[in-house]
Amino acid sequence: MISKSRNYDSTRGTRRTLLRRMLAIPAALALAHVSLPALADSANSTGLAVTDSTVTVGILHSITGTMAISETGSVQAEKLAIDQINAMGGVLGRQIVYTQEDGASDWPTFAEKAKKLLVRDKVAAVFGCWTSASRKAVLPVFEQYNGMLYYPTFYEGLEQSPNVIYTGQEATQQILEGLDWADDAKDAKKYFLLGSDYIWPRTSNKIARKHIESVLGDKVVGEEYYPLGHTQFNSVINKIKLKKPDVVFISVVGGSNVAFYKQLKAAGIDMTKEKPLFLTISVTEDEILGIGGENIDGIYASMKYFQSLPNANNEAFVKAFKAKYGDDIVIGDVTQAAYLGPWLWKAAVEKAGSFDIDKVRAASPDIELTTAPEGYVRIHDNHHLWSKTRIGHAQLDGQYKVVYESSELIEPNPFPEGY
Amino acid sequence: MFADYTMTELTSIFAMQGFAGLTLFSVFVLMALGLAIIFGQMGVINMAHGEFMILGAYTTYLTSNVFSSYLPESLYSLYFFVALILAFLAAGALGAFIEWAMIRHLYKRPLDTLLATWGLSLIMQQLYRTIFGPREVGVTLPDWLMGSIALTDMVEIPINGLFVMAITLVVAVGVGLTMQKSRLGKQTRAVVQNRPMASAVGINTARVDRLTFALGCGIAGIAGAAFTMIGSTGPTSGQLYIVDTFLVVVFGGASSLVGTIASAFTISQAQSTMEFFLSGSMAKVLTLLVVVGILMLRPQGLFSLKIRK
Repeated sequence: MISKSRNYDSTRGTRRTLLRRMLAIPAALALAHVSLPALADSANSTGLAVTDSTVTVGILHSITGTMAISETGSVQAEKLAIDQINAMGGVLGRQIVYTQEDGASDWPTFAEKAKKLLVRDKVAAVFGCWTSASRKAVLPVFEQYNGMLYYPTFYEGLEQSPNVIYTGQEATQQILEGLDWADDAKDAKKYFLLGSDYIWPRTSNKIARKHIESVLGDKVVGEEYYPLGHTQFNSVINKIKLKKPDVVFISVVGGSNVAFYKQLKAAGIDMTKEKPLFLTISVTEDEILGIGGENIDGIYASMKYFQSLPNANNEAFVKAFKAKYGDDIVIGDVTQAAYLGPWLWKAAVEKAGSFDIDKVRAASPDIELTTAPEGYVRIHDNHHLWSKTRIGHAQLDGQYKVVYESSELIEPNPFPEGY
Repeated sequence: MFADYTMTELTSIFAMQGFAGLTLFSVFVLMALGLAIIFGQMGVINMAHGEFMILGAYTTYLTSNVFSSYLPESLYSLYFFVALILAFLAAGALGAFIEWAMIRHLYKRPLDTLLATWGLSLIMQQLYRTIFGPREVGVTLPDWLMGSIALTDMVEIPINGLFVMAITLVVAVGVGLTMQKSRLGKQTRAVVQNRPMASAVGINTARVDRLTFALGCGIAGIAGAAFTMIGSTGPTSGQLYIVDTFLVVVFGGASSLVGTIASAFTISQAQSTMEFFLSGSMAKVLTLLVVVGILMLRPQGLFSLKIRK
């Protein structure tokens, strides 16, 4: 298994590597005669870092800084997928080698590292980014140098780049089904929207409000935003108590989550009583680790994946994940979406018969994955995934119990009309 | 906006909102006291204040783990008190070490302390990440801390809010007494007012500096331990508090503890009232605008010490 992290140091070209390279030239020439059939394989002539036995890809996430807390799971999932693919014989007969770069929770750094991966390392694909801000920062780089990014996070939509495959859900996929469920199964009529103050919650709530008011014919009794990192939620909890909504729809992120749920519980609101019912689109099993299962027991989440999903694919995935990273590890929605990245890329490369970016892109639509932990997914023409939406019910042990699953795959619609 | 609600509902909500304001006030005082001591008494701007708080939070996390694994269950409900003391000692000890290793070389260069402590905060964050992992840890609290006291159907007082208030009260009174009555407090005030003269009458100013810095850091540790009840514990959680902390200290007038308390009260009440009538983000914007406005008129802050320069 070849999976070592390579960190290039740009300022140091030692004499030894130079010497090795000089020696390598005649050796390569000699080999060329022997391995002519392999060279005839067009896969090596794409200008990418592909050799007869290896192909290099990039992993670009924050492993330091604020976002490390969220992105760690994605890195682990991508490495696991790569290991598994290598164990199965790799892609087009080549073992995957990865070069990992640290975006350091800083958006310009993301752009710089993306450029380094594409221009210097000539990687065949990049699995990475987490926040929308980091994706927006690397987008021009991927479009200019024609790279391929597999982006794992559920996000606000309103984007469709030829150079990105979005393996998480866009906003409508995640939100509409959840609201329909609340209206239908829980007979909810009054909604309170609460989020952190940045683009994803604002866009999500805009879509949610439209859907609640025009499609469901229900009422929004409050919409509130708090700055990122806000730690005092007593005022909004009082407002929720006063307005008595049936559902509080929450897109609070990061450290604020912990503060919000702890204070909610301390304010005497028993979340298991569902008065009001709490429906989140931002708390995965990963976040519950920090919040504590006992502080969030009873809320619902609308996502596409939960660690407890009962199917054979997922059981194998969870087992492999725990075998590699320890029994205490939990797997959230985004971690699973990150795991899909290398597999979708492998399927597209094999369909195209080449690592060439343009060919991989052309081959991507309609690629399907029957082995996905979440079940079955398929790439849409708009580069997002067809996937099911599920409702999970948070349990004391920090896991979600799946209580509802959409009957059909939900079509991704990154540019919803009328929203 | 209140036409739809009955009088009782409104009274109870305002009662609870008042309590929310008081909780916020205690949180502000608790996080700002340590910084105010260091900033006010020594002129050192400690950018790593948030990380000292998180050291307290991690100490609480470790204490809770030790109690649940090695000690009888009946003692578990008491672990939080032990954790508060350990947090104070751990953060204080580290503070004393940092003062000896780094800060004391920079007293004549106040701007450099800013950079140095900022670097220190980055180092500490990365250390936490290496030791405890990048994910947040969940600090399990004893059950008695997590409930609420129901006064009426609508009015419910969070116990952890009360507990934070109690800790704040104890710490604030403790600091006040130390500064006014104790030998160390008197020496510290003497050093603040005139360092060469204090030194000339036999006060060991280096020792006073070290103890003051350790005390400030120790209080940050207590604050961090207390905040595990209401917030998150992760490598970068300290950053969530640092802006508000500086705001309170600067607005109050850097060298006055009374000023810090007055400023915490003003900001917390303004913020929590506005949060109720406007949205959270707007409340924050208005609070900051008011503070900026007042500081333009009164750059020295609300209260300032009169010292002959």
